Amino acid sequence: MQPGNVKQASTDTIWQWLSEIPDPEIPVLSLTDLGVIRDVRWEKGTLVVTVTPTYTGCPATAVINLDIETKLRTCGVEDLRLEQKLSPPWTTDWLSAEGREKLKNYGIAPPVDAVKDTRPLADRILQMTGASKSSVSCPRCDSENTEKISQFGSTPCKAAYRCKSCLEPFDYFKCH
Amino acid sequence: MAMSGDIIANDILFEWLLRRGDTPLILGHRVSEWCGHSPVLEEDIALANVALDLIGQSRLWLTYAGEVEGKGRGENELAFLRDAWDFRNFLLAEQTNGDFGKTLMRQFLIDAYQVPFLAALESSGNERISEIAAKAGKEAVYHLDRSADLVIRLGDGTPESHKRMQTALDMLWAYTGEMFAGDAVDEAMFDASLAPKPENLRPQWQKTVDMVLDQATLKIPQSDFAHQGGLSGRHSEHLGHLLADMQFLQRAYPGATW
Repeated sequence: MQPGNVKQASTDTIWQWLSEIPDPEIPVLSLTDLGVIRDVRWEKGTLVVTVTPTYTGCPATAVINLDIETKLRTCGVEDLRLEQKLSPPWTTDWLSAEGREKLKNYGIAPPVDAVKDTRPLADRILQMTGASKSSVSCPRCDSENTEKISQFGSTPCKAAYRCKSCLEPFDYFKCH
Repeated sequence: MAMSGDIIANDILFEWLLRRGDTPLILGHRVSEWCGHSPVLEEDIALANVALDLIGQSRLWLTYAGEVEGKGRGENELAFLRDAWDFRNFLLAEQTNGDFGKTLMRQFLIDAYQVPFLAALESSGNERISEIAAKAGKEAVYHLDRSADLVIRLGDGTPESHKRMQTALDMLWAYTGEMFAGDAVDEAMFDASLAPKPENLRPQWQKTVDMVLDQATLKIPQSDFAHQGGLSGRHSEHLGHLLADMQFLQRAYPGATW
């Protein structure tokens, strides 16, 4: 499509385009699955896309912005502005149901809300002794007999787990 | 947009924002020094991720600081082109890594401070401050979970790990008092309902520290002597060495970009 032909594509169409952009670190997820795109609107002929970072230091943030720009320019959007929005802070609650399913099939255990310990730290300290038991199920064999190896995994959004049934290590997309 | 309006003078807000940004920046750099050197792979990855979070938080604070200052300095100029006496981080953050135990103890003592501090900032009268605090606070809670857990496991571990954790605590304890000292800048921020008084955070910090160190079977040093100077730019000799490493590229090749 020639640039300039879609100057005012509907926001539904834009959301559709954005849903085709893979997350740079977990390519089975799209940016819309991840929930980082907070708003799409036209302002006097300029398309404004509002993006929120997952983690403050996530190196993928810059790549995400570049990918959005590249995609929308390829689709013919000429006037484009990206805005960063911190509030409300990104949460894994915004991961779409479809996204969670895709994560599991990709071998990454999706966030389990029930695993998030919301008790005050003081109440948790007494139980802090070594790798904790969890109800995170293994994305390969579905066993719940798993344990946390480390609170951080291969990217800021993941923790490292191990399945004690099939013995495979796996990434868990941490609740945030 | 960066105007703080009538509530507070820009130079005071700027000074306060540097303090917020410099502690995670310097601690983040320190933690990143472990990259490729940790005792086990999982911890190497965890340390690198913690460093990443801290540097990310610092970027938000320093970007805002640059806007408030209004002299065209951004996060990069503030991070890479200031010398030691212009840094406003806690002395605790710049202390050397030592062994893994000392690194973890330093992290824990700061995390236990950042969690209540950032939580209190969420109700700041300045929207930008409250947004950054809400974002950074979620990460700080996760960091504290990790550092507290490891301090307990290593403190209540083998005789060797216990000894190292106690040595680290004894060494670092005298740097904790500075976090609650406060000065005229903190006073002004408090009066304008923009930030809590550091001294008011002490009970929450103390409660976390007491509980965790008790579980870790570690003894809190009796002395309440506190090294001070970070907030006015009088640093320990370690900061200059750290900056020589962190700022080398921008000093040798001014303006270099990716």
